[in-house]
Amino acid sequence: MSLLANTGVLLGKELRTEFRSRELLTTTIVFVLIVVVLFSFNLNPTTEESRRFGPGLLWLAFLFAASLMLQPCFLREQNNDTLSALRLSVADPFAIFLSKLCANTLFLLLTELLLLPVFAVLYNVPLLAVVPQLALVFFLGSVGLSVTGTTLSAISAQARMRELLLPLLLLPLLTPLLIASTEATAALLAPEPTLRWDWLAILIAFDVIFLTAVWLFGEYLLEE
Amino acid sequence: MPPDARPIGRRLQEINIRLENIDKRYGGLYALRRVSLEIASGECVVFAGRNGSGKTTLLRVVAQLVKPSAGNLTFPLAQNGSGPARKNIGFVAHATMVYDELTAEENLLLFARLLGIADARNRVERLLSEVGLSVRRDSLVRTFSRGMRQRVAIARALLHEPSVLLLDEPSTGLDPQGVNWLAATLRRLRDAGATILMSLHGESEISSLATRGVRLDAGAVVADTQAGAGLRSILTFAGA
Repeated sequence: MSLLANTGVLLGKELRTEFRSRELLTTTIVFVLIVVVLFSFNLNPTTEESRRFGPGLLWLAFLFAASLMLQPCFLREQNNDTLSALRLSVADPFAIFLSKLCANTLFLLLTELLLLPVFAVLYNVPLLAVVPQLALVFFLGSVGLSVTGTTLSAISAQARMRELLLPLLLLPLLTPLLIASTEATAALLAPEPTLRWDWLAILIAFDVIFLTAVWLFGEYLLEE
Repeated sequence: MPPDARPIGRRLQEINIRLENIDKRYGGLYALRRVSLEIASGECVVFAGRNGSGKTTLLRVVAQLVKPSAGNLTFPLAQNGSGPARKNIGFVAHATMVYDELTAEENLLLFARLLGIADARNRVERLLSEVGLSVRRDSLVRTFSRGMRQRVAIARALLHEPSVLLLDEPSTGLDPQGVNWLAATLRRLRDAGATILMSLHGESEISSLATRGVRLDAGAVVADTQAGAGLRSILTFAGA
């Protein structure tokens, strides 16, 4: 059975279990909302300040949310040793990663989709004119977050102190992605929006490098 | 018993699984120590031993879920000899290896599709009926008793009618009817040529299927015998 077919079957499982329990999505969305609302109340920023600081705030919120959301994605597979069952069933173990990566990216994008209108209202930043460009930036940023987060989740799931380990590994590793996403978003929120291809190139390079590394070495991460 | 002192008759059969000087260490602790075994196609081998003797680790090494620290695991009958696809292995572990948040049917369909089983739905329906869970097919596994979960776990391992079946205390949680069904199923698979390796504690209807018994102690093979009185002594000693 091909990699894509296996991935499709596993992605269906990921979505079904999450939408049935809604554990990850609910906690992540509520967490990000709280962060954005609290900052808005505390800083009470003007539109100009929002354009300058909003993108950084948004991506930091997504980064913390991702570290919350990604933590359990491999831990869940350890409860009943289902990871072993998957390893015995799939032709290519990369399918296990790919399905979780796709699911996590979808969950992050859904969180961002719900959060962006709230951000636009609370911070008085018009977003409608740059929705397609923003979608591209958020898609690339979310893929990068998911690739690294899913990989590190597989590593940390087998370690002691796993709850601390993931954020400790994830946050420094994502620094280039955070800077590129923030700068690309800031350029789109400026009074004269521009799509900064230099920052997008960094995002694309980040995604491709980490995805290739997981494809090459992912199987070793799943071993006991 | 040294590995090279096994009965000569076994060498005449086709060897399906060969373990040569397998070590498995976790830090400084040996879970397996120089384990060498040759298991022929169609054999039903029972591994016995006290808790922590290495039975589970040995089964996981054969399933290729755990890499040995030293030694070789080979599958001479498999194409290219390096090992059958993991998909030819059915594994029932201590944990149920099924998802609590899916129904019994969803679990089996998921694994049937991953294994590329043609006509997955019919196969799943038949297995659900065999393990007596047709009525509860749409119930989430987390609502099941331990015995019912074990039935789903066994059904999952049998989905693709594997040529190598690894069972780690498979009767855990099963009621007498469940044990009878499992024994009958294993007998059918053994007679059809499947190689069965299982860990057990004490004698039972399932242990009567064994054609060979191996006792482990502190990760090492300390006895290896054909079925009969020798096998009974291995099981009873381990269960004591």
